Amino acid sequence: MADIQNYTLNFGPQHPAAHGVLRMVLELDGEVVQRADPHIGLLHRATEKLAETKTWIQSVPYMDRLDYMSMMVSEHAYCMAIERMIGIDVPIRAQYIRVMFDEITRILNHLLWVGAHGLDVGAMTMVLYAFREREDLVDCYEAVSGARMHAAYFRPGGVYRDLPDTMPKYRESKWKSAAEVKKLNEVRSGTFLDFLQDFVSRFPNIVDEYETLLTDNRIWKQRLVNVGVVSPERALQLGFTGPMLRGSGIAWDLRKKQSYEVYDRLDFDIPVGVTGDCYDRYLVRIEEMRQSNRILQQCIDWLRVNPGPVISDNHKVASPLRANMKSNMEELIHHFKLCTEGMHVPEGQVYSAVEHPKGEFGIYAISDGANKPYRLKIRSPGYVHLSAMDELVRGHMIADVVTMVGTIDIVFGEIDR
Amino acid sequence: MSAKLELLSQNLQKHLGDRIVEAQMALGEISIDVDVTAYLETMLLLRDQSDLGFEQLIDLCGVDYSTYGDGCWSGKRFAVVTHLTSIANNWRLRVRCFAPDDDFPSVPSVVALWNSANWFEREAFDLFGIVFPGHADLRRILTDYGFVGHPFRKDFPVSGYVEMRYDPEQRRVVYEPVTIEPREITPRIVREASYGDVENG
Repeated sequence: MADIQNYTLNFGPQHPAAHGVLRMVLELDGEVVQRADPHIGLLHRATEKLAETKTWIQSVPYMDRLDYMSMMVSEHAYCMAIERMIGIDVPIRAQYIRVMFDEITRILNHLLWVGAHGLDVGAMTMVLYAFREREDLVDCYEAVSGARMHAAYFRPGGVYRDLPDTMPKYRESKWKSAAEVKKLNEVRSGTFLDFLQDFVSRFPNIVDEYETLLTDNRIWKQRLVNVGVVSPERALQLGFTGPMLRGSGIAWDLRKKQSYEVYDRLDFDIPVGVTGDCYDRYLVRIEEMRQSNRILQQCIDWLRVNPGPVISDNHKVASPLRANMKSNMEELIHHFKLCTEGMHVPEGQVYSAVEHPKGEFGIYAISDGANKPYRLKIRSPGYVHLSAMDELVRGHMIADVVTMVGTIDIVFGEIDR
Repeated sequence: MSAKLELLSQNLQKHLGDRIVEAQMALGEISIDVDVTAYLETMLLLRDQSDLGFEQLIDLCGVDYSTYGDGCWSGKRFAVVTHLTSIANNWRLRVRCFAPDDDFPSVPSVVALWNSANWFEREAFDLFGIVFPGHADLRRILTDYGFVGHPFRKDFPVSGYVEMRYDPEQRRVVYEPVTIEPREITPRIVREASYGDVENG
């Protein structure tokens, strides 16, 4: 009898379900995966090495480009690392703004995730709905920073500027009639917070809509339930964090357990899964969107009534106001020093972690007292989750590989760095 | 938080004792240095003693100290830095282990203790050339297939040594020596500690 050999299949790097540039060598026995070997690094840009050659502040925009689906959260970890080493305090209003944008980012990330995961598994509609809602949130990004994705809005010492009083408006053109523009601009007539408030009050119903499409959907459940089960012990052993760990039933969330900024003043719950399969991780992420929405509401209420500074007045770290710079010699010198030599961070090392939408995102920085980091290590959650790919897919059918890639929520910007 | 750190520090003293070469408490974090010979047993104790309870390895990375502080570094060149987290006790620890040989850096692998170290060690091997005896599959991970050198070492230039382009005559991608001139726009400056008085600003 002829010897039947395992079939080796090359998945990606140019595959729509590979979520970027994942190349995976799959060893198949019939339709069953025996071994998976992910090859990564196709998007490796050596961010950590580049950061060693830039001043501390110049690396902030690099952080956006790590996980390009949750931009501001990565900035947050980086800014917090610098703040902790220098030992400066962030104004309370800036902390609320940061938390608010962290949660906007979390919703942005999870919306894309639920859309892309749906698309992978066969629910075409989800991605269209998810992008409709993402549009409002990237508008929020644009309103505060001018950029829809790579904001560079968080700065060491606070945030770049306060929330705007007006929202950018649509203008009449040959593609948009006056009536259409009027309708589009209705929610944009007030302040930034009014615009976000409108989204926050609509969003719970929108999530309900998503759930009617997916949660009890027979096909969705057939593809997800009991697929990729990870026990709590294995999840810890494999270094899982974020929704991947909570899906396995461990209530670990840095926002609660090692609270940073003003998360300890806010009221929200941590959803956990029971069986640790892909379906539980889906439910966890859906519930996280609802909880993020709750946090957003509390931030809006607080920010409406509490004006104040949004960036530290320590001008050795944060740039002075443009107006003062023009009239005040000392501030001009500060600005000049910051823009040429940059800030100096005292010698030492720090690990600052935030609860990123995908898990624990950490920045380990070593400074030798120079104006540039000596070593910067980015601990990205996706990297660790993807390293468990082999264990996740082993023994599953080849179609489930796509489900597993989806459930990990991988983005190659942060995995390859 | 500080009471918690105090407790962790006491527990570390109790279980590890002389295995700690140096302990440091700064910025709300505890870092310990461990000798390479005691590395594995220390890590095992850290994981299995319930009043330490580090069930998760969060991060592992290599560090090249050769140009630290503009040449004032006198210790060993390569170190492996590990960040551990205890879910049960809710605390963190940083463990640093210097590789004894600068020319052939080698630190025992902890993959058997924490499976999450797998790719981290591959990364440290790829970028710094640190070898991890005990790792079953120590291949390059982030750099190109067929890459030569360890790019995160301080003596490796940021622009690298080779660049690639498509050659229409040979009809394939060819590698050539890099043509970028190295340049530094903002020089790297180490100032004395009190310069500019950042703390009191």
